Amino acid sequence: MKRHKRTDQNQNTFQFAFRASLPVMAGYLVLGMGFGILMQDKGYGWWWAALMSLSIYAGSMQYVAVDLIAGGASLITAALMTIMVNIRHLFYGITMLNRYKNTGKAKPYLIYSLTDETFSLVCSPDLPKSVDQKRYYLYVSALDQCYWVIGSILGGLIGSALPFDTTGVDFAMTALFAIIWLEQWEKSENHLASVTGLIISILCLLIFGADQFLIPSMLIITAALIVEKRWLEEEVEDE
Amino acid sequence: MSKTTYTLLIIAVISIVTILIRFLPFAVFRKRTPKAVLYLGNVFPYAIMSMLVVYCLRNISFTGSTHGIPEILALLTVVILHKWKHNTLLSIVAGTAVYMLLIQMVF
Repeated sequence: MKRHKRTDQNQNTFQFAFRASLPVMAGYLVLGMGFGILMQDKGYGWWWAALMSLSIYAGSMQYVAVDLIAGGASLITAALMTIMVNIRHLFYGITMLNRYKNTGKAKPYLIYSLTDETFSLVCSPDLPKSVDQKRYYLYVSALDQCYWVIGSILGGLIGSALPFDTTGVDFAMTALFAIIWLEQWEKSENHLASVTGLIISILCLLIFGADQFLIPSMLIITAALIVEKRWLEEEVEDE
Repeated sequence: MSKTTYTLLIIAVISIVTILIRFLPFAVFRKRTPKAVLYLGNVFPYAIMSMLVVYCLRNISFTGSTHGIPEILALLTVVILHKWKHNTLLSIVAGTAVYMLLIQMVF
């Protein structure tokens, strides 16, 4: 009996995770294909794309990597570039420290697979009671990576022979982030953290430009949130 | 160095650096997480989602040929539809469709 109940909950959790991951599926299949096509263009077959999506698994960095490889960049340049593009992932780790605390054997994989999109699905989930939180994290992470790997392989195989124009389909990711942002806004009483992030990011974008605004934004946002602690601490509670 | 070896090395470097970045916070705060860091973990999601939205829109150009109109209209579609129906998939599909139509047909 007990076992039956657990299987039920597990199934519920999987369905919930799958539904939550659908927007990422749309985005990752397409962006993954874009990556596969780009690799193909540079003369690298689908297995190269698959290898990179399995080992690196960081969307925008893989696009940068194509340029690095094609341009014959040095290993040091590649390392420095990776730090600049992926340093934002430090934030995701700090946010998930507590939530990933007791995830057992799945923990290394959860940390390794924490991309922007997966982060957006695990950072503030509104999980019903019938859903097992730890399994939800694992399912969402694994599903997202599957979409990304499948997309890259498809792109490498099909190449640019796609029958329809997919220009602009990457807006799906922007839309997903905007919706998560909106739902966080509606859920909380205190909007100071959201507004702080928004204003500082926009200012940094204007001052430092599109390629260089992330690192200053991260530093200033962290400093601002520390200064604002007394106004934020009472309102924003971990659920 | 052959082309294959070179490519494998580059992939290995990028992969290792990415893994190090992702594991760093967990390695540093393995035993005990200071209160200040836990506090940041609680407020970061709000600030970071703001940053990610800006990051997605970073290449928008108000002075270019489209004046950022496709992005603004598509984003409005998402927000209004989501306020109204609260259906994530519907909002994303509609917003993306609006964006694709605008940049492929209109501009």
